Amino acid sequence: MADRRTFIGIGAAAVLALVTGCTGGATEEGPADFSGEVTGAITVLTNRTDLATTALPEYAKKFAAKYPGTTVTFEPVTNYEGDVTTQLSSGEYGDVLLIPNTVAVDQLGQFFEPLGTTADLKAKYRFVDEKAYDGQVYGLSIGGVANGFVVNTKVWAQAGITAPPKTPEEFVAGLSLIDTKTPAIPFYTNYKDGWPLSFWNSQRAIFAKADANETFPADASPWQPGKVQYVTDGLLFDIVKNKLTEPDPLTTNWEGSKPMLGTGKVASMLLGSWAIPQMKDAATAAGANPDDIAFWPFPWQTGGKFHTRIEGDYKAAVSKTSENKATAKAWLEWFVNESGFSADQQAIPPAIGQELPAALEDFQATGVELMELPAAAANSGKEDQIIKSSEIDLAGNIYRQKLVDIARGAAKGDKESYFAELNKRWGEAQSQVMK
Amino acid sequence: MTRRYAAWLYLAPALALLITFTYVPVANMVVYSFTSWDGLDVTMDPVGLDNYVRVFTDERYWRVFLISGYYFVASFAQIAIALYFAVILSFNTRFRNLFKGILFFPYLLNGVAVGFVFLYLFQPDGTLDTVLRWAGLGDQTHYWLGDPDIANISLAGTSVWRFTGLSFVLFLGAIQSIPGEIYEAAEIDGAGDWHKFRHIIVPGIRRIISLSFILAISGSLSVFEIPFIMTGGANGTRTFVVQAYETAFQFRQIGLASAMAVVLLLIVLLITWIQRRLVPDEEVTLS
Repeated sequence: MADRRTFIGIGAAAVLALVTGCTGGATEEGPADFSGEVTGAITVLTNRTDLATTALPEYAKKFAAKYPGTTVTFEPVTNYEGDVTTQLSSGEYGDVLLIPNTVAVDQLGQFFEPLGTTADLKAKYRFVDEKAYDGQVYGLSIGGVANGFVVNTKVWAQAGITAPPKTPEEFVAGLSLIDTKTPAIPFYTNYKDGWPLSFWNSQRAIFAKADANETFPADASPWQPGKVQYVTDGLLFDIVKNKLTEPDPLTTNWEGSKPMLGTGKVASMLLGSWAIPQMKDAATAAGANPDDIAFWPFPWQTGGKFHTRIEGDYKAAVSKTSENKATAKAWLEWFVNESGFSADQQAIPPAIGQELPAALEDFQATGVELMELPAAAANSGKEDQIIKSSEIDLAGNIYRQKLVDIARGAAKGDKESYFAELNKRWGEAQSQVMK
Repeated sequence: MTRRYAAWLYLAPALALLITFTYVPVANMVVYSFTSWDGLDVTMDPVGLDNYVRVFTDERYWRVFLISGYYFVASFAQIAIALYFAVILSFNTRFRNLFKGILFFPYLLNGVAVGFVFLYLFQPDGTLDTVLRWAGLGDQTHYWLGDPDIANISLAGTSVWRFTGLSFVLFLGAIQSIPGEIYEAAEIDGAGDWHKFRHIIVPGIRRIISLSFILAISGSLSVFEIPFIMTGGANGTRTFVVQAYETAFQFRQIGLASAMAVVLLLIVLLITWIQRRLVPDEEVTLS
């Protein structure tokens, strides 16, 4: 799941004309109709361009063995978010696809078929509420991830640290030890590629409150001391401020960072558990020991325990415009339940009761509680609206790049002034949205 | 009668393309700029002039125009370099076709490719730093993109490298359209190279020079590819179009972004109009 987050479309200026040119795809609400025989051809859109001609057709063969007469064609999309969003508005978007995150929850019914009620599907699958609206589930996760630090334990051990730090201060102190005792870069921000900075937003479980998503939009100033943005963004600020990151953040490179972590030139990065197999591969390819790569929780304990958010990553859905919905739904359920895709990808299996991947077993063994945070219900969609209106991209990189710039002295301000500005902008938008 | 229809018949394909791909999208964009559309929803809610008010009152939207200043200043360097080489290479210089090729080549490269090439050039211990060290200027190395005081200059420099070729070809074409007899006559009258440049070439290509300035202004207001590829607009290099892109595609505010695009269009039209007022477009006669 490496390049799937390359949200940014090259040549996007041209897309503006395209997007604005077409506003089709309008559909009326209606009950889902999956009747019909499971046979015939369907098209599946995928962000996994690396698997589209290798592993995915193998799954399709197994599916055809179970349901004779079906053919599944994969359509790989490089710039998944941007391109598929454009396709959505044109009305041509395959039979099964991953829901782009640009679709707001209240728009899900315009483009996708409801797969069942949240209450029913909850018993069977994890992460069902992430793409649900009004009690209807529109997308099923194809494999979940946990959030935390991917670290090179060999480097951390050289600095004398073998267990995950328990507080942000301890973490920064650990990075400082790495800085003085080893030649490694203690923490790599991946500032230039940007999307890795978005994982600072995925640490909302640290206070062990299951209603974190529900209460978040109700708060007018999340960057106040003691609140989650203050803790997470504050840690990023402190790390950069103490010069524990790469010397020139403007020239970081995601692909290049993988072997750096693998070989111990970089000690840590904040990512998701999906990155572990990639880092291990990079270590092996560079002749280093893949067992040095481990996954650590965010350095914050509540009640003497780490809490880590697990989430569903991309959710797959059945297209509202599909002409073979019976087969599309059969494929979706088979892919989630029986294909073994999530196990092959070392992801958290979406079906309840299946075993966790090995990498996460180790992670859990360090005393971490994996928490699923239900999506906001009463405040459903409000957070997205505040983000849009305030242009503080909580789930993105723009305001965090500014944060890094301030921390490294490249832009005016300090932690207090920037957090105050964020609180003000967020608060203004929040009061508009929540009124 | 038939002749009138025949003319339209010949024009039809070109007009159809022009209307479909230029005027209809622009008209759409103007319509969107009065809505709060997110680019996806079935319904578009009209919001009147709200988007325009926001573009002009919210500092974050209009401040990015200041970044264009770097590119505008750089475009003077670009015009000067291009004019210099165009004059030299319009006379008999050794290897002049080779040099013409070298100068024009960067313009043929895709802007994205240029961005990536320069990204490596500007890396710490990258090509530029290495060359500086060879030249004994090791203490002059910087974080070319990481240092906020230099980042915009580095990017503007990249832009100069890329677009000098275009200005160069425009100037060269104009200079070569000046009849050779005029130079001969001038030489007989005892004019030196500077006089020839000042009194023959400059007046002869005045229209192209003024065109270059319009292109420079509108170009520097609408810089996109180079900062977008090289810094993503981070570190204080966000230009107006990068900001519009983020508003449209990161924050899904197509309505607001359309308003920004309309504002940009109007500003460019206004500047062009002012420029035409100040430098009237007279017929140039050299004889």
